Amino acid sequence: MANFFSDNRDLEFTLNNLDLIEAVTLRENNYKFAEEFETAPVDYADALDNFNRVLSVVGEICGDNIEPRSRTVDREGPHFADGVVTYHPLTQANLEDLRKADVSGVMLEHRFGGLNFPVSVYTMMTEMVSRADASLQNLFGLQDIAETIAEFGSEEQKQQYLPLFAKGLVDGSMDLTEPDYGSDLQAVKLRAWQDENGQWYLNGMKRFITNGCAQVHLVLARSEEGTGDGRGLSMFICEACPQLVVRRIEDKMGIHGVATCELQYNDVPAQLCGKRRLGLIRYVMSLMNGARVAISAQAVGIAEAAYRAARQYAAEREQFKKSIDKFPAIYDMLAGMKAKLTAARTLLYETTRAVDLRTVYTHLAEGSEATPEIREMAKYYNKLAAILTPMCKAMATESANQIAYDTIQIHGGTGFMRDFNAERFYRDARITNIYEGTTQLQVVAAIGGVMQRDADKRLNEMFALEYTGESARLAELVKAMYAKQLEAVKFVADRKDVAYHDLHARDLVEMETYVFVGMLMLRDAQKCEDRFVLAERYILDAQAEFAKRYAKVMSGDQTVIDHHRDVIDY
Amino acid sequence: MSYTVLVFVKQVPDTQNITGDAMKADGTVNRAALPAIFNPEDLNALEMALELKDRYGAKVVVATMGLPAAAEVLRQAMYRGADEGILLTDRAFAGADTLATSFALSCAARKVKYDLILCGRQAIDGDTAQVGPQVAEKLHLPQIAYAEEVISLGDGKVVARRAIEGGYEVLESPLPTVMTVIDANIPRPMAAKRIMQYKRARIKSEITKDCADAAAVEAKMAELAAKGLLITEWTAADVDADVNNIGKAGSPTKVKAIASVVLTASEAKKVEATEAGITELIHELISDHTLG
Repeated sequence: MANFFSDNRDLEFTLNNLDLIEAVTLRENNYKFAEEFETAPVDYADALDNFNRVLSVVGEICGDNIEPRSRTVDREGPHFADGVVTYHPLTQANLEDLRKADVSGVMLEHRFGGLNFPVSVYTMMTEMVSRADASLQNLFGLQDIAETIAEFGSEEQKQQYLPLFAKGLVDGSMDLTEPDYGSDLQAVKLRAWQDENGQWYLNGMKRFITNGCAQVHLVLARSEEGTGDGRGLSMFICEACPQLVVRRIEDKMGIHGVATCELQYNDVPAQLCGKRRLGLIRYVMSLMNGARVAISAQAVGIAEAAYRAARQYAAEREQFKKSIDKFPAIYDMLAGMKAKLTAARTLLYETTRAVDLRTVYTHLAEGSEATPEIREMAKYYNKLAAILTPMCKAMATESANQIAYDTIQIHGGTGFMRDFNAERFYRDARITNIYEGTTQLQVVAAIGGVMQRDADKRLNEMFALEYTGESARLAELVKAMYAKQLEAVKFVADRKDVAYHDLHARDLVEMETYVFVGMLMLRDAQKCEDRFVLAERYILDAQAEFAKRYAKVMSGDQTVIDHHRDVIDY
Repeated sequence: MSYTVLVFVKQVPDTQNITGDAMKADGTVNRAALPAIFNPEDLNALEMALELKDRYGAKVVVATMGLPAAAEVLRQAMYRGADEGILLTDRAFAGADTLATSFALSCAARKVKYDLILCGRQAIDGDTAQVGPQVAEKLHLPQIAYAEEVISLGDGKVVARRAIEGGYEVLESPLPTVMTVIDANIPRPMAAKRIMQYKRARIKSEITKDCADAAAVEAKMAELAAKGLLITEWTAADVDADVNNIGKAGSPTKVKAIASVVLTASEAKKVEATEAGITELIHELISDHTLG
């Protein structure tokens, strides 16, 4: 009897304090959908009640069903023979449980049979699923594929696919990476060609495709012959068929439960999704941003599982006649892990909230009743989501790795053995800061927003809140960091040196993250006084980390740029 | 043809998660201290009914006897897939033992058209396993107790597998029949969209509480009925139950004494994982009659 929602105080706090009223009210068309659909909420309280109830159901499935199956799924994984991927029977049982719980189309509109929940609530589900079995997230967390069709597909394509996704009758994959092009998607080669009747066909190879054995594929392909960059790429929808061959599945370090496939396209019939040439620059960027949030949630889920394992082990394991969590070296580690975990979660849901507001305002801005104010809001949330998404992905996934690492350390030799889950969390966490863009690429995505100060408005809103007593002291610490951050940004901008800018981009993005998350932690502490100690620990840790990076950035030191070749080649 | 499956369920105190104040000083269950839950094996009965719905297109009607608060288990059954709910609630039903309970339930069954009645084997508050079989007797129906699985339903009969000591047997019975179901299937989760829809389902008593006058109650009941969200609420009179056969009056069971059995753990004993150690343990268990 475990419920991964109700046993998680931080998650419940997040749901009930994350202000989703604006996003949900707009998403529900001012609750007018309730007149048409029996499942639609009549007001925000009703919607919040739905979120709580449905999260509780998913939390129970995660705790009672999915988690107990996770070790076996990790050990045995999917089966591949004669071009056919068969998921482990327990993975299939997991998917069936979630399908029966009616959470296959969480964000899809009511009219397609979805729940029309915001991405914030869907992310809470994916986080819990990841805590139970990280590899299942790579299947359950693919709902962005249906979202992408909902966003950019034609009405016919929506009618064709979305009700099937909502019922959980089809699954999806996003086929982007190729053997020679991963990070550099602009160079994708898979060819799309049209016959005389206008029918499209796909020809080429894709690699590292999560759930590449899916029924419905979104494929990035080169539709414009003779082009070599991102503007020659379009997005296509195709279905599993004999011409689409799964050549092999990968033998991976972690997330064993999901099949990662190499695909060969032998003139696979396909439909164009959206407009030609916008495949990468518009649709895939949107799809990947959604996926980055999903992977951040996967990281937080793994971190939650790892932290709990560490905490339980430290309380039970006795050495020198007392449990090891009584030793400063261990309790300091645990407290640091807990602060990182709650910090990652608060940034995650601040990000999803911005994504939710961007989604509703973008739809309104594209509609017939758009006003200049609405367009302004769409623009603002677009920018905010654009900086927070990569910042969050970088921070949550790197933190998850550190937490999983420390979990093994706390277990000692036991943690190195496969008898305990600690090593699985470590292996599963390791991919999160690689796929959907490495941390290094998240920095590239976020640095522009840092230099342009895209998060300043939100930061200033938080600075303007009232802080008293000890919180006021911490707020002053963060404000001092903020002043130094502005100084560092100006210092780098003024140098007008691309190499120096790129070299210190990660420092600057991480410094921005410390300031921003520090304020989020303090804001949360104002709503629940028990959280003050979390904010305190986080900000004190952040202060030292910030100072180190600040010193590096402000040094103006050129030695790495000047001598790296000699160092590497010695 | 489509079948109607009537499922009897019970709201019980959660005796599986006992806390310190679960028992009162006099040894009776402190219901206030324990959360009220859906009796676990009744969930297995409901699951069996819902599987029949999936396979044969049955209508699933869930009924319970209890306080108005027991409407919650009917809603939970609807979240999982039940089509209709019936609550038997009346002061006259209070204090019933298994005989009086089965009498009340059989009166309700006579008001419903059904092909099959399913019950959980037993409820975790009393563990008698009597109510299902008693309902069958009162309705003069055949019964299959300890059922695990329906193998087939058709041609006016049901073929089911039931657990027996050391194995199972397959029985065929004409319809209608009563089956009591054991923990042999995995109840499906509540479904999100059904939760969002059926959380609004109400019994008349609940509606009355929220409405100013009788006209408002009528209007609300009509509105909910049109949406399939009205849970039927029946009194003893509604099911033509003789008040002498229900509730305390209809209960011959007399509680003579209640003892609070406290299981005290004695010291743990370590058994060496050797041939000799295990032999010694076996001898000890045989001599104190734990084994054999």
